[in-house]
Amino acid sequence: MSGPGTGSLLEVEGLSIDFPTRTRTVHAVRDISFSVGREKVGIVGESGSGKTMTGRAVLGLIRPPGIVTARRMDFDGIDLTKLSEREYRRIRGNRIAMVMQDPKFSLNPVMTIGRQIDEAYRVAAGAAAGAARRRTMEMLKAVRIRDPERVYKAYPHEVSGGMGQRIMIAMMLVAEPDLLIADEPTSALDVTVQMQVLAIVDDLVSQRGMGLMFISHDLNLVASFCDRVVIMYAGQIVETCRASELHKATHPYTRGLLASLPRVDQPVERLSTLVREESWKTEPGVDARNL
Amino acid sequence: MPATSDVSGADMALLISHLDVRFGRGEEAVHAVRDVSLTVRRGESFGLVGESGSGKSTVLRAIAGLATDWTGRIAVDGEDLGRKRSKAFYETVQMVFQDPYGSLHPRHTVDRTLSEPAKIHGIGNVGGRVEALLHDVGLGPEFRFRYPHQLSGGQRQRVAIARALMLEPRILLLDEPTSALDVSVQAEILNLLQRLKHEHGLTYILVSHDLAVIAHMCDRLAVMNAGRVVEEMDVDQLRRSQPQHNYTRQLLNASLGYDRDKADSLLTFD
Repeated sequence: MSGPGTGSLLEVEGLSIDFPTRTRTVHAVRDISFSVGREKVGIVGESGSGKTMTGRAVLGLIRPPGIVTARRMDFDGIDLTKLSEREYRRIRGNRIAMVMQDPKFSLNPVMTIGRQIDEAYRVAAGAAAGAARRRTMEMLKAVRIRDPERVYKAYPHEVSGGMGQRIMIAMMLVAEPDLLIADEPTSALDVTVQMQVLAIVDDLVSQRGMGLMFISHDLNLVASFCDRVVIMYAGQIVETCRASELHKATHPYTRGLLASLPRVDQPVERLSTLVREESWKTEPGVDARNL
Repeated sequence: MPATSDVSGADMALLISHLDVRFGRGEEAVHAVRDVSLTVRRGESFGLVGESGSGKSTVLRAIAGLATDWTGRIAVDGEDLGRKRSKAFYETVQMVFQDPYGSLHPRHTVDRTLSEPAKIHGIGNVGGRVEALLHDVGLGPEFRFRYPHQLSGGQRQRVAIARALMLEPRILLLDEPTSALDVSVQAEILNLLQRLKHEHGLTYILVSHDLAVIAHMCDRLAVMNAGRVVEEMDVDQLRRSQPQHNYTRQLLNASLGYDRDKADSLLTFD
């Protein structure tokens, strides 16, 4: 597969994630199918909808007792369901990277930021120390860090949350992955910084043909940023559409979410709240593969 | 800054004039709030909007007595506040914090969390009030003896709101009360806050980074950047997209969604 727009980078069919507990089994994700090409796919849902678990499963990061089953999970011709832990390590960070939600828990607290990004690049590209340092500085500048020299030498606790998040993004992008899974990557950022960081990711998709799985709860952002949207509820995909057509969504859950957002340009006396139907959990999910 | 003199003393719930807040001393000192002046009328909802580091939360914390190193004037109901807050102050002003996971004691039941302010202030009929307030914030009596870990984020924020109302304050300081919540839960909490405002005749000072939330909740707002108020306006001006200051315009634009071309034109205002 080469060039933007041709076929899928990631193809998932019938993915389920279960967590057995003493009394019952929690079905975190229930039989979902979706694909990601060289495009921006937004996965939207509320907390507990299974969107983060889906991203983690693709990277092989669901640990026992969690059970992952899938009829198919292919990444660029590689069958992810058959990979050993060792083989997964060669893909993780290098070909598929993930930006986690909270930089506080994703950065090593006892290692300087510069060393951590250097390391990511040296492992992925087999580069020498000098080249890695140059590349790290470039990436820090690319994510709009104003004083990269200082940040290179700083420890994670010495930078703000927003900066930590940009550092995470720099670290994930330094290896130029084919697929980036971004889990609420910008929810801790100010809107203006958020726009700038998204522009960097956007350019990687449009210019280098990277695929992006953008996990978010922010419907407005996903509608304006992504190409396609997948809406998850209670572990299932309840609806999928072009991002530009999200406002025409038909599922009552999606409609309810959209209606509960306050808007600057449309004043309302009371915000409408979501009335959840039991049937949303039992009706069959939709297939979000872009065939 | 305008708007300090256009409200007569009797209607004024809060007056802030030439407020400066600093953290630390000497070279390392951070000048978090610079010469901020505001007035909030009784019964009004006033919004403070800005990005992280703009000083909006610090203004709230200075009012609440949580940031102590300030100069200038803060007056509540016409009475000037000193460095230390009296017990009576907390019967007038209460605060709701951003993180419902961090602001409730994990080993205290809802009942104990709600009773504590009443006990400190020597108010009787604690049990009755706890029950009434739980009902007020839309939680059934079965929640009374639960622990925070047994509650969802929205339920926790309801408890935090109930706690703030225990002393029947007239002014609530709301610091990003819904930013940790899902949008559907946010709608429920914002509706709850609106209803409580009418029922209890409250005055709100709401800090948020979300212009849509501010527009929905507030009558007037001040936009802060780098410690200063850059613009004060009516919510109608905001709705008509008529901010005067470039910074406000950029914030409004950015909040309308992603646009590749817009991203390059963003400026830093210091």
